Order: sequence, then C-alpha cells, then structure tokens
Amino acid sequence: MKPEGKQAKWELPTELKSPLSAELILRKRIALRKELLKQPELLPCRIAILGGSTTQEIASILDIFLLAQGIRASFYESDYNAFFEEAVFGAPKFREFNPEIVFVHTTWHNVSQFPELLDSEQRVEKLLRSEMQKFEILWSRIRQDFKALIIQNNFDLPRLRPLGNLEASECYGRVNYLLRLNAEFARYARTHSRFLLNDILYLSAQLGLTQWIDNSYWYSYHMALSPIATVAITRNLAAIIKSIYGKAKKCLVLDLDNTLWGGVIGDDDLQGLVLGRDHPLGEAYLDFQRYVKGLQNRGVLLGVCSKNDPENAMKGFSHPDSVLKLEDFSSFKANWNPKSDNIREIAAELNIGLDSIVFVDDNPAERAIVAMQVPEVAVPDVGSDVSLFAEILEGEGYFEPLKIAQDDIERGAYYRDNAQRTACETNFASYDEFLASLDMTAEIGPFIPVYLERITQLINKSNQFNLTTRRYTSAEVEALSRDGYHITLYGRLQDRFGDNGLVSVIIGSICEQALEIDLWVMSCRVLKRGMEQAMFDALVQECQALGIRKLIGVYIPSKKNGMVAEHYSSLGFCPKEASPPERKQWEFEVPPTYNELVKHIRRTAISERSGASIS
Amino acid sequence: MENSLFRLQAIFQEVFDQPELNISATTTARDVPGWDSLTNINLIFAIEREFGIKFALGEIQELNNVGEMAVLIDQKTKNRAKT
Repeated sequence: MKPEGKQAKWELPTELKSPLSAELILRKRIALRKELLKQPELLPCRIAILGGSTTQEIASILDIFLLAQGIRASFYESDYNAFFEEAVFGAPKFREFNPEIVFVHTTWHNVSQFPELLDSEQRVEKLLRSEMQKFEILWSRIRQDFKALIIQNNFDLPRLRPLGNLEASECYGRVNYLLRLNAEFARYARTHSRFLLNDILYLSAQLGLTQWIDNSYWYSYHMALSPIATVAITRNLAAIIKSIYGKAKKCLVLDLDNTLWGGVIGDDDLQGLVLGRDHPLGEAYLDFQRYVKGLQNRGVLLGVCSKNDPENAMKGFSHPDSVLKLEDFSSFKANWNPKSDNIREIAAELNIGLDSIVFVDDNPAERAIVAMQVPEVAVPDVGSDVSLFAEILEGEGYFEPLKIAQDDIERGAYYRDNAQRTACETNFASYDEFLASLDMTAEIGPFIPVYLERITQLINKSNQFNLTTRRYTSAEVEALSRDGYHITLYGRLQDRFGDNGLVSVIIGSICEQALEIDLWVMSCRVLKRGMEQAMFDALVQECQALGIRKLIGVYIPSKKNGMVAEHYSSLGFCPKEASPPERKQWEFEVPPTYNELVKHIRRTAISERSGASIS
Repeated sequence: MENSLFRLQAIFQEVFDQPELNISATTTARDVPGWDSLTNINLIFAIEREFGIKFALGEIQELNNVGEMAVLIDQKTKNRAKT
C-alpha cells in the first residue's frame, strides 16, 4: 500500500486489483479497509443482511468490495438464523435501520424440511409449495415495509449425497428438490421488480463444493460458507450492488493483434491470421470474439484501440471467420498514438466517463501504461492466454446487468448513428438549420413502470448534466412516482437517424404551491439539441395543471457538473438571494400563459410499450 | 517452534493490522486488542494457508496460548513432511 501523502492521488490497493487473491484480502482486511476509506466521494448505502447462518464475515468482506467500488455501506445484521422472524415479525432495530438493500443470505441449510424417502410426487409438490410460501411471506413483507431492493440467494447443494445419484433423479432426492426450489426462486425474480437473485448455485459449482463448504468452519463458527467462498459470494454481491447504484461499466475497449485474433495483421496479412475452427488457438480466438459479441448484443459498447495502420486494422474484420464486424464497434482507434490518448478520445467520442471503460490487451506493457496514465480505466490482468480472457473479464463483474431492456440492445446502434449525425452537422449553414433537419420528436411524461429501471440507471450514471447528483434506488424511484407528493418526468428523444432512448429525468417535490426540483439529469449524448427546453416546457405545463405557482431550482456543485452551473439562469430563473454556493437556489414564477421555449422538437403521445412491464 | 512463532507474528501483525505487535509463546487472545470472533476466523484461515495445513475440528478450541498453537503447527507440518 502506498504511504500517506497529501499530493498523492488515491489509488486502489493492489490486493484489490485483478488478479485477486482471496487469501490476501482475508488476511489484510483491516488494513485494506483503512486504506479504502481514504477515498474521496464515497457513496453511502444501507444494507441489511438477514442471515440463515453467521453473517459477520460476509458483511466484513462485502464492505471491502463495495468500498473498492466507491460505495460505503453501513450494515444491519439479523441475529443468527433469524432471517425470517426479524422480517416477518418486525424487529424494531431492523425497521429503524430502514435498509436500501436487503440481502437474504440463506443456503441449503435453511430449507425448513426436505422430502422423506419414497415421498410421492404429490407430497413433494406440497412441501415445495409450503417452502415457497414461507419465502414469499418473507419477501412480500420486506417489500411492503421498505422501499428496499431484495437480493436473495438461491440454493447451493449439500456436500453429501446419501442417496447417491438418486439425489438428483428422484423427486424426494435433495438435489432434485433444491433445483426445483431454485426454479421457483428464479420465477419469482423474473416476475417481480425490486428482487434480484444471487446465484450461489453457480458460484459453488465454480469453486467446487469441497471448497465452498468447509465442515470445520461450519461446526466451529456456523459459517455456511468457507472463507474462500465468502470472498466469492461477496464479490458477486458487490457486482450486483454496484450496478444497482449505476456503477456498471459501459464500454469494452479491445486491442486487436493477439487479442481478437492470433498474429499481427500488419505483418501476417489476412490469410496469416490465426482465427477459426481449423486451429486450436484459432478456435479460442473465435470463442473470445463470440463472447465479446454477446456483450455487445446486450448493450455493452465496443471500442478498438490498436497500434496499427487503420486500413490494416479494419481489414482484419473482413476475415471470413471473424464473428465481430466493423459495425459492432462504436469507436475505432487504430493509429500509432499512445493507447492512453486513444482511450481518452474514445471516452470523449462516446460521451462516457473514463471510469466506465474496461481495456483488454494481451500485452502487459500496454496494460501497465494505460493503467498508469488513465487510472480511471479498468485494466484487468487478462494474461496472454486467449483461452482465459473471457473468464478473467467476467470474473471482475464489470458489466453485471440487472435487467436487459430493449434500450440496451439498441444502444450500440445509437452510437453508430451518432457518427452520422456528427458528419451531417458539418454540412449546414447554421446550427438551427441542422437541428431542424434532425426531425426530432420527444415523448415526455410522468414515470411509468416500464421505464423505472432505465430511469434509475440514468439517475445514477449521470454525472455531468446532473444538477444535484442525488442518487436513488429503483425502489425509491418507484415509490415517489406514485406517492402524489412528487412530479416526475422522463423524456425520450427520437430523430431521423434513430432512437436516442430515454435520455432525461426530472423529479420535483411539491410543497404547497411550489415545486422544488430535486433532480434533473440528462444524458450528454443529446446535449445542445433543445431537449432541456422540451423537458422544461413539459414541467411548466405539468405545474400549471396542478396549480403550482413557483419553481425552485437547486444546483449543488460537484467535481463533474460544472456544465450546468448556469442551467437555471439560461431557462429564465432568477437566483434566490442569500442561497449558499454549495446549494445554490433559483426561482421561477409560473406565468398563467406560457410560451414554449422548444423550437425543433415535436412532442408525441406517451406510448406504453408492450410486453416490457417490470412490476 | 521459534521459527513458527516468527511466522505467526507476521500473520498476527497483518490480520490485526498492528505492525508493532509482538507475540510470544504465552500470548493469549486477551493480550491482543481486536481479537474477536471475526478476526479469529481471519487468523485461523491465514495460518492454515501460510503453513499449508488444516486444523481438525476442535483442535483450535483446545489451545491455551500462542505457544501451543506453534507446537500444533510444528506437529502438523512435520506429519505432512513424513507422508
């Protein structure tokens, strides 16, 4: 760890960088925590752990992984094995804690009753229903009492199989029974919002059951998981939680030669590349490309950052076996400049933060330089063996999705369209003329359930066009969209090049005849399009309808939101006298007749999108 | 035992994050501030990994001080060397 120094920029301790050593994290936990707490701007959050076994060691390591993501959690832990009682019969301290996230840490030990030998299918089914009922009572109680989001373990498997392989095939076998319960848990997760599954069945399989459960730690300390498994489960939880708070990565930037294909395109030419089924190494590169393509399909942006002549670099993707095609990449940098410079350019081009980029390169020197020059970028140590790239990348949990929405699938297309928009921009006499040519339409309205996930994501990801940098969980967003004390607005923007998706959100709290604007965010990808004016027009109209006379705008400066310092003055607000600079307030009297500010965006009706309901 | 004690000291210093911590054969849990059930688990696990051994159920509970721990570790590492 680095010595203390006032000028020294804070850096993640090496123990927490890839590749991770569970052993070192457990051994140096206290020192790591101390170091991690030195970070500026930690995001606070409240997590309750309801345990079916001891939870102390879970909380202690989860704490470390969350701090590494910039999240400072405070924890509530239920009494030993009181996960059901505390939630259902309402432990006062649990209530008082008012969690944002409730993690239910149960394992196979917590199944109330397993089927008995030779039980009929009917009896097993009945038992299954009653077990499910118990958990559903627990979950609905938590959902009712708190705005919290639930993270629930599914079940791992016991180490012992007294019935041998019949445990898996007979309906009264434990393996068979647990897998059926898992299917029921999964069904609940699919059909309920504010509920996420923590797949410990996978985690235990990945580690192996003999490593996952350590009998001596179970009997001595009632730890349902071994110390090593504790690291695995908390790492997985941290990946989920960082996504809940909008801290998932957005873009994967890839090197080309010996990363996406074997060989050097500039030297070996197309026919010399190792890629495709007829070669063991070529097949491994093919599979890595498939993995990357899968990420792209579900909304992860791709970029190329390669030391190559651009023509050569592009030629590589014309290889007949290349799964990835040029159009899969939202940004393409092939030149001889330092990779750190190229990555900065990619971030600027895609309008995303450096901290939402992951860089994969087989060359350790390039990785080291990028890690040093742009420390915000995540640079996993993928080694140089392509057969391990995907697993190492995945192990980091950078891109953990909570839900896959239509918007995610269309995102890659949006960024490609944007290149066309920019190209188009240069051909117009005036910017106004350009905006008019975009043929923009906006759908603006109060929050509706189908958009809640995306709204939460936008709120928590936006840093620059964000007036107050307030963060909300999806549960909070859902609650305030219905409580009658808030005005909520979302905005989607379309233009002739395509759909920009849901790009702006406003939340205001009603206080008598005034509305205080608690939150106003907008995606930077639609800056200078007039969308902020369109949102403001809609807000004023909403206020008029409700008889609200005054708008109060709040600006809380952060390191990143300087661009909106004068946002309210540009909309015609007056600065409120004697408002402190750390929370500057602006006022706007709602006139009886209001002239819309927006010029080039038409409003369209709100469409309830079919088949995407999340609650 | 001396050698094991020396290695144990380094583990103790890291687990409890007390770089100045000195332990001896007679040290007990009461002598080390911060030795609670959680750090105890971290400590046991770190020792198992450091020496490449596994404590059997109940072995730890019978130990009275760090010296006995070192003796147990020596036995275990010796047995391992034989097999």
